[in-house]
Amino acid sequence: MRARLAFAGLLAAVLMTAAPPARAVQPDEIMADPAKEARARDLSRELRCMVCQNQSIDDSEAPLARDLRLLVRERIAAGDNDRQVIDFLVARYGEFVLLKPRFSPHTLLLWLIPPLALLGGGAALWAYSRRRTNAAGEGGESDVELTTDEKARLERLLAAEPMPKKPG
Amino acid sequence: MIAESGHYALVLALALALIQSTVPLIGARWRDVALMNVARSTALMQLLFVAASFVALVMLHVTSDFSVANVYENSHSLKPLIYKITGVWGNHEGSMLLWVSILALFGGLVAAFGNNLPLSLRAHVLAVQAWIASAFYLFILITSNPFLRIVNPPIEGRDLNPVLQDIGLAVHPPMLYLGYVGFSISFSFAVAALIEGRIDAAWARWVRPWTLVAWIFLTLGIAMGSYWAYYELGWGGWWFWDPVENASLMPWLAGTALLHSALVMEKRNALKVWTILLSILTFSLSLLGTFLVRSGVLTSVHAFATDPTRGVFILLILCVFIGGSLSLYAWRAPALKRGGLFAPISREGALVLNNLFLTTACATVFIGTLYPLALEVLTGDKISVGAPFFNLTFAPLFVPLMIAVPFGPLLAWKRGDLLGAAQRLTAAGLASLVAIALLWAWTRGGATLAPLAIGLAVFVIVGVLCDLAERTALLRIPLSISLRRARGLPRAVWGTAFAHAGLGVALIGIVCETTWNSEYIGAIKPGDLANVAGYQLKLDGLTQRQGPNFREMVAKFTVSRDGEKLSVMTPSKRNFTTRGSSTTEAALLTRGASQLYISLGDGSADGAIAVRIYHKPLVLLIWWGPVLMAFGGVLSLSDRRLRVGAPKPARATRTLQAAE
Repeated sequence: MRARLAFAGLLAAVLMTAAPPARAVQPDEIMADPAKEARARDLSRELRCMVCQNQSIDDSEAPLARDLRLLVRERIAAGDNDRQVIDFLVARYGEFVLLKPRFSPHTLLLWLIPPLALLGGGAALWAYSRRRTNAAGEGGESDVELTTDEKARLERLLAAEPMPKKPG
Repeated sequence: MIAESGHYALVLALALALIQSTVPLIGARWRDVALMNVARSTALMQLLFVAASFVALVMLHVTSDFSVANVYENSHSLKPLIYKITGVWGNHEGSMLLWVSILALFGGLVAAFGNNLPLSLRAHVLAVQAWIASAFYLFILITSNPFLRIVNPPIEGRDLNPVLQDIGLAVHPPMLYLGYVGFSISFSFAVAALIEGRIDAAWARWVRPWTLVAWIFLTLGIAMGSYWAYYELGWGGWWFWDPVENASLMPWLAGTALLHSALVMEKRNALKVWTILLSILTFSLSLLGTFLVRSGVLTSVHAFATDPTRGVFILLILCVFIGGSLSLYAWRAPALKRGGLFAPISREGALVLNNLFLTTACATVFIGTLYPLALEVLTGDKISVGAPFFNLTFAPLFVPLMIAVPFGPLLAWKRGDLLGAAQRLTAAGLASLVAIALLWAWTRGGATLAPLAIGLAVFVIVGVLCDLAERTALLRIPLSISLRRARGLPRAVWGTAFAHAGLGVALIGIVCETTWNSEYIGAIKPGDLANVAGYQLKLDGLTQRQGPNFREMVAKFTVSRDGEKLSVMTPSKRNFTTRGSSTTEAALLTRGASQLYISLGDGSADGAIAVRIYHKPLVLLIWWGPVLMAFGGVLSLSDRRLRVGAPKPARATRTLQAAE
């Protein structure tokens, strides 16, 4: 049965262009138990319809997505937990089916770049501001406040510039 | 004849662009005013010729001249006039022509209104603008010519993809392009500044209005595209983290960062080098977006490999412009004088924080969009990166950003008082806590994160009000004086307030829609009743109807609540015979900011029809938010200080702005 379903999915993938339109989640697919159905919907949102462009099987109209939705529900009905359902689908269709890739050597950069960018950017800013403050502060630790004398001089300099700057 | 004229006009525009990209540079070198002024006239003439070429294509579409391949492939004689016109940019060739038209439009605007720019800067800016234009004219003429004829003209066209025959999608691409391409101006200014080796606060003042214009259009364009997807694609989703959407989100994130950093540069003459880099990056991301969408690389790496002419050409443009500008940056930026110092806790510091988070968010979208492509090319492994990944990585970046938003405007330049700002935000904090508590009590046992997110949004919105109250000394002085002060506030302050509030409004919409959305999926027969979120929807009947170029099945639903009839909703399913494809026209009923949404599925033999009915609470806030942001942008743009072509601020204006 399962093998036939997979075959049907493959066939559907091949015949995709000629397939009649069907809507995402058909009434006849819905499971009787609302809790299980909710689980199925949540799982569906994490799974990719492999013949579509970046659609989850929950959203997709493609026949293959329908087959996958039925497959997910079949596994849930058989008593699988969420992890087992996902494992089952990955074993059959590969990592490609997951919309949120697993953390593994070949997705290392994908997962690490965002936090590293934030940390790296933050560290660079910190180092930069320290360098600037030290360079400017000379004696006074981080004090960049100008003295009244300096302020007056700055005012004169600003006034002398051709393009007037607004006060801060 | 029209096609040939259009083609020829485009060739002439290319010739003008080539002149514009070289002569003014020589003029700037020799300090020859006449040669530098060539930029102005060529930019205007270029605009004229591209416009002529664009009009020619529009005319071909309107008159259904099927001897032109582009019209034959994308039009149909029975198509309504409005879609004949909008179909011009509903396809690759036409949309590229729109792209260069808008590029020429911006160049023309700089030429026409850039009288207050130093002559050499204007010459440089327009020359860089012309480099981009030349590259894209060549691209169109060599690989994507919309004016090609067919030897044996067919009688009827193949029609436009029915999904695109919609008013939302008719307006969406021009808006988006006005945004995308608008950032070319800040790019050209940045490259011009690098070539000249001179940059100051005045530079930021010239660049900011252009960036703001582009940002306003991009904001509206993205929002409109999202609303279109929401009602047209038929399952009520409004953001899919699709690479095509990401391609427009990346320049928006970078552009938003640019707006804020240019502010620091204008006011405090600091962050100059960073602002230049952001200008380059923002437009580079626009180019990248164009490449992703136009090369077909997204559909599949293999499709790209089998017909690579277009893709490789854009990739080449991409490499030359991004690589070139970044090399120029690496070479010249260290020579630029660094300016203004500031303490970490200050308005500048807050804006730097904003930039850090926005650019990281941008990097996240970038990596998520391109990683699968890179991995497949390098190792052959196929992985998918979709909504769950982006939701997981994007949200943590936006939470701290949004917490920081109300603090920014309350901090002083140079050195701010965080505690003081926090005290002034007490009301916002309290309002947020009350909102969280109320929501928790109301949705007991429901989602825990959603009330927190709404609390955050309330904090942002009330924080904006706190800032305004602070500036007008509301409640501390008589109301009439406060009102007078409010009127006297610079428009830019109001602009900031609206834009920031829009962020909070959009967040409320997003959280409500995703958390408290109710749906009904079922097969119902005429006479049956469906219950969704307290509304009763009765299917009265199904009828067939003939449209201009489609047949449709219309379902009539009577909507009532507590026995009181509210309205009638008529969702339909359209079949377009020429392309043999169908679209779902969802029916929407707006109640305040919430909507009822019905979309039809397939009918079955026993007369039942599959329907999906959603109740989406406060969903409209998702788009009102960006509209508020754009409105804030417009307000800010109308600020005297920024008005395009405004005379140089006289000394008198200095006293006026002391309020800031």
